[in-house]
Amino acid sequence: MMLERRSPWPHLWLGLGVLVFAFPIYITLVGSTHDVATIGRGDVPLLPGPHLAENYAAAWRGGVGRFAQTPAALMLANSLLMALLIAAGKIAISLVSAFAVVFFRFPLRMVAFWLIFVTLMLPVEVRIIPTFQVMVRLELINTMAGLVVPLIASATATLLFRQFFLTIPPEYVEAAKIDGAGPLRFFKDVVLPLSVTNIAALFVILFIYGWNQYLWPLLIVNDRSLETIVVGLTKMIGTGDAQNEWNVIMATAVLALLPPVAVVVLMQRWFVKGLTETEK
Amino acid sequence: MATLSIEGVTKRFGATQVLHGIDLAVADGEMIVIVGASGCGKSTLLRIVAGLEAATSGRVLIGGRDVTALEPAARDVAMVFQNYALYPHMSVFDNMAYGLRIRGLPREEIARRVREVAEMLEIGQLLSRKPRQLSGGQRQRVAMGRAIVRNPKLFLFDEPLSNLDAKLRVTMRAEIKRLQRQLGVTSLFVTHDQVEAMTLGDRLVVMHEGRAVQVATPMEVWSRPADVYVAGFIGSPSMNFLPAQAAGGGRAVHLPAHGLTLPLPEDVRLPLPDGQAVTLGIRPEHLRPGEGGLALRVELIEPLGGEAVVHGRLADGAGLVVRLRSDALPGDGLLRVVLPPEALHLFDAATGRRLAA
Repeated sequence: MMLERRSPWPHLWLGLGVLVFAFPIYITLVGSTHDVATIGRGDVPLLPGPHLAENYAAAWRGGVGRFAQTPAALMLANSLLMALLIAAGKIAISLVSAFAVVFFRFPLRMVAFWLIFVTLMLPVEVRIIPTFQVMVRLELINTMAGLVVPLIASATATLLFRQFFLTIPPEYVEAAKIDGAGPLRFFKDVVLPLSVTNIAALFVILFIYGWNQYLWPLLIVNDRSLETIVVGLTKMIGTGDAQNEWNVIMATAVLALLPPVAVVVLMQRWFVKGLTETEK
Repeated sequence: MATLSIEGVTKRFGATQVLHGIDLAVADGEMIVIVGASGCGKSTLLRIVAGLEAATSGRVLIGGRDVTALEPAARDVAMVFQNYALYPHMSVFDNMAYGLRIRGLPREEIARRVREVAEMLEIGQLLSRKPRQLSGGQRQRVAMGRAIVRNPKLFLFDEPLSNLDAKLRVTMRAEIKRLQRQLGVTSLFVTHDQVEAMTLGDRLVVMHEGRAVQVATPMEVWSRPADVYVAGFIGSPSMNFLPAQAAGGGRAVHLPAHGLTLPLPEDVRLPLPDGQAVTLGIRPEHLRPGEGGLALRVELIEPLGGEAVVHGRLADGAGLVVRLRSDALPGDGLLRVVLPPEALHLFDAATGRRLAA
C-alpha cells in the first residue's frame, strides 16, 4: 500500500512549519517566567526562569506603584463579556434575518437581503466616524453597549445561514405546516436544531473575531474599568522613557491567549462538523 | 373521515396555466389515485387540496366545509411526501408525535396513539431511532405513521413509493391499500406509475396537460379509455394505434394500408360516414396469433417468463406490439395476428376522443 512507501519529508516540512508558528508563543511563555531585569538587559532567554508565579500574580492584579495598570482579571472579564455578546448577538440576529429572507415571501425580499449584505460588507474601519458619531449621540460612549452594538450584526453569518437554510428541503416546511407548526414553532423546533453545528462553528469564528477587536474598543472606551485585554495589552507597552515591564506584559499576553484557545479546543469537534458535515 | 369536493379548481403560475378547471367529488372512505405523466398538474392539484398552494380560482370542500381559504393545519389533512420529509433531528417517536403536540394533546394520549400506530405499522421497536438510522422502507412506514396518528379527515400521498426499490414498492403498495381500507380514511394518491394507480385506486383520475381526462374505476379506464392519451397511458405495454376508416355504414372499420376490413361487434355503430378517418386501438395482449389478420415482421422478442412481448413491423412500416404466451412464439420471423372485434377501441382521428360510447 501507499502508506508503507510514504516519504518522511512532508511531515518534516509540516513539523518545521509548526515550529515557526509556535516559537514566538514559546518565547512569550518563557519570557513571562523571568524577572524584569533579564529581559530588560536585552537577553532572550530560551529556558523558563523562576518568576512565573509573581509575574502572573502581578498581571492578574494589575501591578503596583509605578507600574500600576488595569488588572488583567478585569480586562479578561471585559473581553470575555464583549466577545460573548458580539458572538451571541451576531448569531441571533443573522439567524433571524436569514430565516426571514429564506422562508418568507415579502415584497423586496431580495432587495432587503442585498441591502443587509452590502451595508455590512463595509468593515468597522470604513464606517468608523459615522458609527462613532451615532454612539456619541446615543450616549453609549464608555458603555458595554457602545462596545458591542456596532459590531453585533454580521453579513457573513447572515449569508452563511441563508445558504444553509436554502439546503433545508422545502418539504420540511410543508410537513410542519400540515403538522400545524407556525413560523416561530418551525424556527424553534426544526430550523434551530438543524443549525446547531453551524451555530457552533460560527460561534468559534465570531468569538475570536470579537476577542481580537482592537480599533473600536480603543475609540469608544477610555474608562479603564471597561478596557479590553487586547487594548490594555498594547497600552502596557510604554512609549516614553519608562522601562517596559516585559515579563508582566508577556504574562498578560499569555492570559489573553487562553480564552480563544480554550474556545477553539473545546469546540473543535463541533467546528469541524459544522464546516464539513450536513445532517441529512 | 370525510368527503372531498374539488370544484372548478384552476391554477396559473404567471402566464402558464397548470390546471384548467378540475372537478372531482370523492366519497367518504374512497381512495382516489391521480395519475399522469410528469408536468400534468397532478402534484399541484394535491398541494391545492393540502393548502400548500393556493388555487387561482375554484373551491375545495372537505366534509362539506369550504377550506379554500384555510391554512393547511386548519384543514385537518395529513400528507405523505415523496422524500418522506421526516425531521432528521427528531426520533421516530417525536416525528410521529409532533403534530399531536402542536395540537396540545395530553402527553399520555400522544404516547398511547403513537405506540398504537407504531404497532400497527410494525415499527414499534424503532421509536427511539433517528430517521437516518432507518432503511427506506422503514422511513416510509414512519411517514405513514405520522399521517395516521393524526387521525385526519384526509390522507394525501405525493408519490410516496417512488423512492423505494421495486420489490419494496410492491409490498408497501399492498400495505397502503390494506391500511387505507382498514382505517377508512378518504385518500388522494398521486403517482405517475400506472400499475400503482390500477392496483391502489377505487377510482382513477387520469390527468393530461392540466385536465382530468377521465375519472373512473381502474377497470373502466382500462377497458373503455376516454381518449387516445388515456388508452396509451394505462396498460403495459401500451395500446397499439393504427389509422383506419369507418366502413360498412358504421358497422366496420377499414384499414387501408393493409386492405383489411374488420366487422365491429353487433352493438357498436360508429356515428361517422364511411371513409371518415378513425384511430383504431388494440392492446398487445388482445392480439392473437391466427390467419386473416395482420402480418408482422418480428424485430425483437422480450421474454417475461410465461409470456413474451413481441415487437414487430407491419407491411406499411408501422410498429406493432403483441403480447403472447411463450408457447405461441413465432419461429420463422413472421407473425400473423388477428384482431378480435370485441377488443377494438375506436377513437376520433381528429379529436382523439373515444367513439361509439
